[in-house]
Amino acid sequence: MSGLTTVFRKEVRENIRDRRALFNSLLLGPLLFPLLFVGMMWFLESAEKERAEKTLELPVIGAEYAPSLIRYLEQQGTVIQAAPADPDGMVRSQEVPMVLRILPEYPEKWAEGLPAPVEVISDPSRQESNAPIRKLKGLLYGYGQQIGSLRLRLRGISPQLASPVMVKDVDLSTPKSRAILAVIFLPYVLMITAFTGATHLAMDTTAGEKERKSLEPLLINPVPRWQIMTGKMLTTMVFAMASLALTLVSFRIVLPYLPVGAFGMDLTLGLETLLKILLVISPVAILAAALLTLLASFAKSYREAQSYMGLVILIPMIPSLIFMANPIKAEAWMMNIPLFSQNLLIGELIRDEAVALSWYGMSIASTLVIGLVLAAMAATLYNRPKLIFSTS
Amino acid sequence: MIEVKNLRKYFGDVKAVNGVSFEARDGEITGLLGPNGAGKTTTLRMLYSLLPPDAGEIRIDGLDPTRDAMEIKRTLGVVPDSRGLYSRLTARENISYYGELHGMDRKSITERIESMTQTLDMADFIDRRTEGFSQGQRVKVAIARAMVHRPQTVLMDEPSNGLDVMSTRALRHYIRQLKAEGHSVVLSTHIMQEVAALCDRIVIIAKGEVAADGTAEELLQRSGCDSLEDAFVKLIGSEEGLLA
Repeated sequence: MSGLTTVFRKEVRENIRDRRALFNSLLLGPLLFPLLFVGMMWFLESAEKERAEKTLELPVIGAEYAPSLIRYLEQQGTVIQAAPADPDGMVRSQEVPMVLRILPEYPEKWAEGLPAPVEVISDPSRQESNAPIRKLKGLLYGYGQQIGSLRLRLRGISPQLASPVMVKDVDLSTPKSRAILAVIFLPYVLMITAFTGATHLAMDTTAGEKERKSLEPLLINPVPRWQIMTGKMLTTMVFAMASLALTLVSFRIVLPYLPVGAFGMDLTLGLETLLKILLVISPVAILAAALLTLLASFAKSYREAQSYMGLVILIPMIPSLIFMANPIKAEAWMMNIPLFSQNLLIGELIRDEAVALSWYGMSIASTLVIGLVLAAMAATLYNRPKLIFSTS
Repeated sequence: MIEVKNLRKYFGDVKAVNGVSFEARDGEITGLLGPNGAGKTTTLRMLYSLLPPDAGEIRIDGLDPTRDAMEIKRTLGVVPDSRGLYSRLTARENISYYGELHGMDRKSITERIESMTQTLDMADFIDRRTEGFSQGQRVKVAIARAMVHRPQTVLMDEPSNGLDVMSTRALRHYIRQLKAEGHSVVLSTHIMQEVAALCDRIVIIAKGEVAADGTAEELLQRSGCDSLEDAFVKLIGSEEGLLA
């Protein structure tokens, strides 16, 4: 086994001196993802605020048919604009997000106490116009409610009769559990970090060694090939693990600064939670290191290996994306699915739920089994002479 | 002491090595001479057990590379065609890595590197990272790395490739020293002068087969030529490779 530790020590020393390795594993992921995320949240929050605070400018056709509605809209802060000549064209060309058209039969229907027709002309497929449209519809609904209850009162009927059911929210979510709404992406980021943290080393220790022509002399040493490969994989795992740990620490520092507004979330990650997350995700680092080493061993050069890696990064993304798009209740059998189980478990951990020990066990065991099978395959790969000499 | 009998290695239809036999004795320098692509490197790779032979027998001090791979690797010092140093490690770290892989302890590695730094004149660059080393410096480090565990048998693949005159002289001097210490040295080359200057026995390989083998004088006699170069051309039966 001394060969294995010698290889491990040498790879660690060599890669610590490699700026590219340090940058990729220890800086890029841990700094970039958290900063990117918080930056994006700030941007979204401020854009949303701006949109909400912006006065609603509304071109109206047929304003003369409904003076009381117009007055109501103006009282609520809407700036009413003159009727445009080509409302459909204006909306289509995005000059205005929407146009309100009051139909000529409005006064007649209004007088008869029948629903008086107004049209909101808009293109909801334009996401940026959704906020003003929602705002306008809210105003119209509010006006309708107000007039409706006034009419009932005039006829001596209590408006309460028109609301037979009163719905009250009993909110059982806690500040901790609401946090998952903001950090649903965290499992996804961690999963990717396990892979990105391992990528450079997996390539450098295999394809890179082949490209620099140092593999052949190395294999002439009296050390079994599986020990050499395992030493290399171990280095890759350690770097991936360090990358994960740093990312978690960096999230712990950055998360409390998230602009979560009025949601009342508790975004602090306790040390215990942090360690539990690291425990849950560690087998993924092993799986990633083994898988990437296995693939990179087939490549003749660093560049060729790089071209495979672009596709491999999809593997950790798929389960995370499924989970984000379609959140499902965690169940025991799901703990046997590598990558997916980590998503679920980290979600539960962030919500501060109690998780059964057996779930940890299943998730760790199933991922480790696959990781070790891949590692065993990678470890014996260089027993094939073809792979040693296949230089470009 | 190396004994090779009827060694064969085919890659698909290509008969890279097709029935090579020779001997390399202790205290002698044996040269594998042949044009590029004659099968020299493939033969050496089978000797240091990186490639399994398709047929034939190899004995190095009585050991068989196909069965005693680990044991053979301990007795061999190999300077392969690809020098492949680690550019982010210093020359000393490169050499010491191989010493550790051979299971040597720290103290004997340090002592060994000290003495080889003297022998190979590496004091100027022993603690520099190998990035940007000249060919001569690279070969010296590659040799030191291969010799760190004091192997009895030394295999060198085109050792003087890319070296200038001074470095080549130093290299030859070192190889003669190994011979004087009683090592068995095998070097492959396509350079005539090298063989003439160094080798006690010459094995001429062409198209995967041994075309002739003997001392320089024997080869001259057998071909009836005056110079080794003419003898070489006559023995391999063509001029190919000489210009390479």
